[in-house]
Amino acid sequence: MTDLITPSAQLKRRNASESRFQWYGRGAIFVSLAFLVVMVGSIIYKGSGAFTTTDVALVIDLGPEAVDPAAPTDARVEKIVKDALKARFPEATKRAERRMLYGLISNDAGFELERFIAANPAAIGTKAKVWFRASDDFDILMKGSMDREAPESERRLSDLEISWIDSLVADNDVKRGFNWSFFTNGDSREPELAGILSALTGSALTLLVCFCFSFPVAIMAAIYLEEFAPKNRLSDIIEVNINNLAAVPSIVFGLLGLSVLLNTFGMPRSSPLVGGLVLSLMTLPTIIIAARASLRAVPPSIREAALGMGASPVQATFHHVAPLALPGILTGTIVGMAQALGETAPLLMIGMVAFIVDVPHSILEPATALPVQIFLWADAPERAFLEKTSAAIIVLLLFLITMNLLAIVLRRRFEKRF
Amino acid sequence: MSKTAIITAKDVDVFYGEKQALNKIALDIPENKVTSLIGPSGCGKSTFLRCINRMNDLVDICRVEGSIQIKDQDIYAPEVDVVALRAKVGMVFQKPNPFPKSIYENVAYGPKIHGLAKSKTDMDELVEWSLQKAGLWKEVKDRLDQPGTGLSGGQQQRLCIARTIAVKPQVVLMDEPCSALDPIATAIIEELIDELRSNFTIVIVTHSMQQAARVSQRTAFFHLGELVESGATKSIFTSPEDERTQNYIMGRIG
Repeated sequence: MTDLITPSAQLKRRNASESRFQWYGRGAIFVSLAFLVVMVGSIIYKGSGAFTTTDVALVIDLGPEAVDPAAPTDARVEKIVKDALKARFPEATKRAERRMLYGLISNDAGFELERFIAANPAAIGTKAKVWFRASDDFDILMKGSMDREAPESERRLSDLEISWIDSLVADNDVKRGFNWSFFTNGDSREPELAGILSALTGSALTLLVCFCFSFPVAIMAAIYLEEFAPKNRLSDIIEVNINNLAAVPSIVFGLLGLSVLLNTFGMPRSSPLVGGLVLSLMTLPTIIIAARASLRAVPPSIREAALGMGASPVQATFHHVAPLALPGILTGTIVGMAQALGETAPLLMIGMVAFIVDVPHSILEPATALPVQIFLWADAPERAFLEKTSAAIIVLLLFLITMNLLAIVLRRRFEKRF
Repeated sequence: MSKTAIITAKDVDVFYGEKQALNKIALDIPENKVTSLIGPSGCGKSTFLRCINRMNDLVDICRVEGSIQIKDQDIYAPEVDVVALRAKVGMVFQKPNPFPKSIYENVAYGPKIHGLAKSKTDMDELVEWSLQKAGLWKEVKDRLDQPGTGLSGGQQQRLCIARTIAVKPQVVLMDEPCSALDPIATAIIEELIDELRSNFTIVIVTHSMQQAARVSQRTAFFHLGELVESGATKSIFTSPEDERTQNYIMGRIG
């Protein structure tokens, strides 16, 4: 018998190769985690700015010559705001300077004042301090992402604008706060006003359509193919084609949606209905394959037990086999849905790439989706859309994480030992 | 014998694709007796057992010819409803396979799908009766809502027996019911089989000749897809007519 304490050369080699393999594995995990951390970290770093915003206070004269107390809605709100800016900085006299001055606050200021007057009728006839959303460049300066030392021609704000901003800050007329409007607004051409709500709603509606269509169809197809269909050449062909379908580039489904759903059936362009149907073509094979795999994983003894009791095949399937396969089916469904959530290409083909300001209220209204919104913002020239892009990615990731958590919770709920 | 035979098999041939698994089996199985099917592995005894409640229908490539009659009804006649047949001919499998549900639901499932219990009290009584018959009632009466998969192997197998007899079948088929169990659990099940004989006709496939000798009144010996010999258990074990039977019993083949 060989010595148990001092291993032989051959055993040493075996042990060495074993520990080497384990280190390779750890290295692989470390590399992939590092990529993940770098990616998520940079997105969060870039996107965090979009969750705060800058507001500017102006003293607004709501005297009788500006707002008629009898008809406050007729007030020329934009002129009032401009007058207030002029009153604040009387030194701006030239046209170009005036334009810069008006640019300090968002285009939306007129509507904001209108809302203020409607909410505070008592303020009519007085001088009121009203907060307005600052422009995107103002906001970037406040966040410290603009280099004040750079030559004036390379800055988005001139020395004069910066001096105005500094004086506003010195007078405590500037405040930073959480950017609620990012979650309550739709898209906008102005970065400071652009929000994620329309894209989020569009994505949710699209996924809803996708789920409602693909889940029942896929489950029925999977159960029939796995439990009832005779195994012959035809079912082999169907199986091969389902697997092929899962590998078709998604843009092809988009083209199909364009030519069949939009052009032949005349469904509304850009709508979550069409988007959901196109995406469900993509998710169908994913769910079918996952569902079949989990149905196949149910031990045949359960089927035999049920059939031996005199259960009909449908009863055996729905009372015993399907419930056991449910966790796997749900996981497959969520994976398919997550893919659909991140899909952009097919949506471009059916017009969901449009600039949508309004939040869609039904699956027939034009809408856009989160990944498309990210694509649009990433394409926008304004510097402030950069952080919006990252913020939208964060929202998309949170949406995904929520879906995955849901999958885990559902799986725990339905998981049974057998 | 044929007067009391509940199952009559005539000229039964079974094919798996091209391969013939059973060849011209003719066997009478008497009512309210235990009949054991013995033979070496692959001899077709389980195949024959599974023909009796048509579980072989589940195998696509399996083809059964000849006739098997239960109470003078051909179970392979085209108009026979397999679901109704399996309610009359229950089956206990080799590996205990309780449903991953509660003990109560395991037993109540059959009566529920066949509509055997009118009310909740009926069902409670039926569940208790079945568990009593299967000798499991005392052990589980306080935990009927717990999963059947949490029981020990022997208890699980008795639960499967309770589940099968809850439907009140005429015949209970058992496919090596004790092969996954330890000797004590086996002894309990063997005792149980003997008690069940008064209510049900039992056909049991077993690898253990001692078990066949202990529990059955009649024995049929299968070899290479043929029924070599059948008769009273005592005479098969003491004075087998065929040489192959004798060799098997003596442990020379198998």
